Amino acid sequence: MSRPGDAGPLTRATLALAVVVSAFPVYYMFVMATRTNEEAIDVPPPLLPGGHLGENVARLLSTEDAHFLTGLVNSAVVSVTVTVSVVLISTLAGFAFAKLRFRGGRVLLGLVLVTMMVPLQQMGVVPLYELMVALGWTGQLRAVILPFLVNGFGVFMMTQYVSQAVPDELVEAARVDGASTVGVYARVILPALRPGMAVLALLVFMQTWNEFMWPLIVLDPDNPVVQTSIAALNQAHGTDYVMLFTGTAVSVLPLFVVFVVFGRQIVGGLMEGAVKA
Amino acid sequence: MTLHAETPAKTGSRAVRRRDGALFTRFDLLVTPYLFVSPYFVLFVLFGVFPLGYTLWVSLHDWELAGSRTFVGAGNYLSLVADEAFWNAVVNTLGMFVLSTVPQLVLALLLANALNKRIRGRLALRMGVLLPLVTSVVAVAVVFTQLYGRDYGMVNWFLGLFGADAVNWQNEKWSAWIAISTMVDWRWTGYNAIILLAAMQTIPRDLYEAAALDGASARRQFWRITVPMLRPTIVFVVFVSTIGGLTLFTEPVMFDGNPTMSGGATGQYQTVAMFVVKEAFRDFDLGYAAAAAWLLFVLILLGTLVNHLLTRRIGGAR
Repeated sequence: MSRPGDAGPLTRATLALAVVVSAFPVYYMFVMATRTNEEAIDVPPPLLPGGHLGENVARLLSTEDAHFLTGLVNSAVVSVTVTVSVVLISTLAGFAFAKLRFRGGRVLLGLVLVTMMVPLQQMGVVPLYELMVALGWTGQLRAVILPFLVNGFGVFMMTQYVSQAVPDELVEAARVDGASTVGVYARVILPALRPGMAVLALLVFMQTWNEFMWPLIVLDPDNPVVQTSIAALNQAHGTDYVMLFTGTAVSVLPLFVVFVVFGRQIVGGLMEGAVKA
Repeated sequence: MTLHAETPAKTGSRAVRRRDGALFTRFDLLVTPYLFVSPYFVLFVLFGVFPLGYTLWVSLHDWELAGSRTFVGAGNYLSLVADEAFWNAVVNTLGMFVLSTVPQLVLALLLANALNKRIRGRLALRMGVLLPLVTSVVAVAVVFTQLYGRDYGMVNWFLGLFGADAVNWQNEKWSAWIAISTMVDWRWTGYNAIILLAAMQTIPRDLYEAAALDGASARRQFWRITVPMLRPTIVFVVFVSTIGGLTLFTEPVMFDGNPTMSGGATGQYQTVAMFVVKEAFRDFDLGYAAAAAWLLFVLILLGTLVNHLLTRRIGGAR
């Protein structure tokens, strides 16, 4: 007998369809990455993997005008740097906003929320570009690292996490034991925040890995990030489908590995964060 | 003996240390909070406040990249308001925003409701619908652009099974809008469903039990209890989608193939963000681009306001 709240046939069908629709384009991308260009334009299109992945990857890496390998390495450097900095900056600020009393704290937190509403990258392209020209940083990785260290969402998320995950008594107890603010941060806050930090780190990493518009403007084609490298590939070799698809497949692989390994934590963390927000 | 001899000196140093400690604690309590929030605000002033203010300043000038700078007051804004290309970009942005946000929200709600049922393999299902989020936007755009290809695309092949003619998706406004909107929908529906699901699970069970006792059907419970109780989360989801939708850039740029920022031969799918980049970095008219960027910001504020008014009605209307 089915109870209310059990999944009926309609629900099952809906969920199955949702998963198929979600997974198909990704699957198709990997299939195309293992095929040849002749097979790619077959009608109906091929739906099973072929045996040409190795040669496609080799061709991708030897396509000089795309600088794909440079792009991968640059993206890794930029994303890791931005992720570490944002998580550090956000946990420091989140701890201060959630557990420390200081004059103007509420106003400053309100300001952080307002900043989340401003699309800084789009609004600021002109002055940011002029700033990078003035500093002589165009074409350099620091030009795509520094602007992304401003992340109001991270501060907001960590403020929420600290106020939920760390009881006031724990902070008080550490204080009575003579811990300084830095000591409380290192010994009480950081250990309790680990799950939240992991989720924030993943979201920020993905966001940075994905960044397209600003790198396209400020970096040079011979020193790209992975996304602009794919755009270059698309422009110069747009009809070479399988190479393009191999590029996109390789570019999402790091994200997938993280997703598969930390899937449970990511889903849990997203859901927890959502309720707190 | 040795212990006794040491005691006085030890007490003395401890007293000194305590006085130092009190001073340090006072300093610690007063100043450290500011030190902790300062990294964010320093960076924010440098890369947030300064660009915004400077954009406003530039927008009041005839400002070329490394060229002439003449004050023109509201001149750029006046030309923009009369510029058909700008309005075309605004209409495209709004059109694709509506096409991508409305179905996305409805589907996410239904999907969240389905995910909330008791079923085996819950984690796998949730990870399944989150998969699109983990792909990069550029990758999504590349794959979908190929799927929408005129000659070898799977969508046209599928439509052809029903006898439809091949559609050149880039060619017309309506078709390009649909193609680009589906990229946005595909990437974000599952994520929004997970966020809504999380909020659904906090709704007290007894609300449903009471409604069931009163004879309310599952459908009625969904619209009368679930949706109203989800209002704060829906507001949040819509708010995030508004900013993302009105700054749409990557998908239409990649859909074009050529990053000329023109959005098709007649600008069928040029968005405001593309317009800004084109004016600044293709036509080198920075003043004009800055003015367009500020109008984009105004558009976002208006969009947020409209959404706020609309979502306030959810569950509020009897």
